[in-house]
Amino acid sequence: MVPVIQPLGRAFLGFLEATGRICMFSAMSVSHAVRPPFYPRLILRQMIEIGYYSLPVVGLTAIFTGMVLALQSYTGFTRFNAESAIPNVVVISIARELGPVLAGLMVAGRIGAAIAAEIGTMRVTEQIDALTTLSTNPFKYLIAPRLIAGLVMLPCLVLVADIIGVFGGYVVSTVKLGFNPQVYVKNTLDFVEPLDVISGLVKAAVFGFIVALMGCYHGYNSRGGAQGVGAATTNAVVSASILILTFNYAITELFFSR
Amino acid sequence: MNKAVPKIALKGLKKRFGPKVVLDGIDLEIATGESLVVIGGSGTGKSVLLKCIIGIIDPDDGTVLIDGEDTTHLTGSNRTELMRKFGMLFQGSALFDSLKVWENVAFGLIQGRGLNRTEAKEIALKKLASVGLPSEVGELFPSELSGGMQKRVGLARAIAAEPEIIFFDEPTTGLDPIMGDVINDLIVQCRKQLGATTLSITHDLASARKIADRVAMIHGGKIVWSGSVAQIDRSGNPYVDQFIHGRAEGPIKMPVRVR
Repeated sequence: MVPVIQPLGRAFLGFLEATGRICMFSAMSVSHAVRPPFYPRLILRQMIEIGYYSLPVVGLTAIFTGMVLALQSYTGFTRFNAESAIPNVVVISIARELGPVLAGLMVAGRIGAAIAAEIGTMRVTEQIDALTTLSTNPFKYLIAPRLIAGLVMLPCLVLVADIIGVFGGYVVSTVKLGFNPQVYVKNTLDFVEPLDVISGLVKAAVFGFIVALMGCYHGYNSRGGAQGVGAATTNAVVSASILILTFNYAITELFFSR
Repeated sequence: MNKAVPKIALKGLKKRFGPKVVLDGIDLEIATGESLVVIGGSGTGKSVLLKCIIGIIDPDDGTVLIDGEDTTHLTGSNRTELMRKFGMLFQGSALFDSLKVWENVAFGLIQGRGLNRTEAKEIALKKLASVGLPSEVGELFPSELSGGMQKRVGLARAIAAEPEIIFFDEPTTGLDPIMGDVINDLIVQCRKQLGATTLSITHDLASARKIADRVAMIHGGKIVWSGSVAQIDRSGNPYVDQFIHGRAEGPIKMPVRVR
């Protein structure tokens, strides 16, 4: 029995230890992020990096998701003569779930990896130690700007993704499936509620924070040269993706379960 | 300030990583204005010693006194404040690759001391000139420079804020002998100009002879010998003898694992 239970116990303890470390790291990061000195130039640079340069990736993801959503719902709904529900299904799926989750996952791949690689390289080349010796706190200089930028910019990205996604559904429905454009837009706007969009944006903010945090955490704690940085990058993307999916369920439960 | 108080004093400093004991009770004093060079083989804890003093690594036991004050476990803004006394030249220079050379040199002035960029740039260019680099270099990025030039920039960055204490982590490692000597000369020259207390770690004896007032040898996590640079050739210490003659046979056995 022991050979079976021992590795299980070890894995469980390892999991708890990692969770504890991440919690302490985030508490420390947040406490530095809310106290001066602030670095507005660095925050702006990260915002451009995370928000603006992720637009193409997130936009493409959103438009194809919206298009395929309309197409799939049509093939399904025609069986029940419920084609008229397509605008509603598209807007609600995009705003509540697919917009934030897919944008979060794409940004985890693009930004989480980049943050982990950059901070990880700074760690192994002693640049983070050098920051300390130059009277600059690495948490304030490196980590806080990224967390703030992730928290602020992902909701903006998701708002754009929502609009592009709905537009994708609209294009397929009107061009391919023969919907009346005015009726499609009217149905969409009548059906969607503020809470649908707001819950999506709250999710986005949480996901943006998670992506930046995982990138920073794994980069900051990377060890052992190029291989260590590679491992940090992988871990940052994988852990951010899993946390996004987990928190997505938790936040949905919070908003919509009565 | 009492002259008898050493600039840096270490008492029973200990650090271990897992089962591996790296520092096993280091006692060391460095007087104000003195240049101490710590020599020792690879993996004997020289870098860890430096990082414990400067607070990048938290020692397990023992105390670090700077100007007679216990700074062992300082954190937050107190630590940041203390760092203003320090400058450090890293082994791989550790220049910020996203910043231009002059921004690297001016970093401590802008972020640490709150100077505006124009003033800081002026000082940075002066410091670059003092390590023999023309002002055009200031506009380049660190990745465009050779290793020796990067070391010079690292040195300029370490001395930019005119610190009281400067640490040199393997200043000549990875450089050809000529560039190594250029760096040694610059270190000696900077010390004279600033009157700073310096602590260097190296396994390059030519470098140690040139920049040291006093030499200490570290082995097995302890200081096994210390004396003036003139005494090093007749120390009578088997560890020092083996090290300065570069013999494979002797009391020092090279560890396979670093940690």
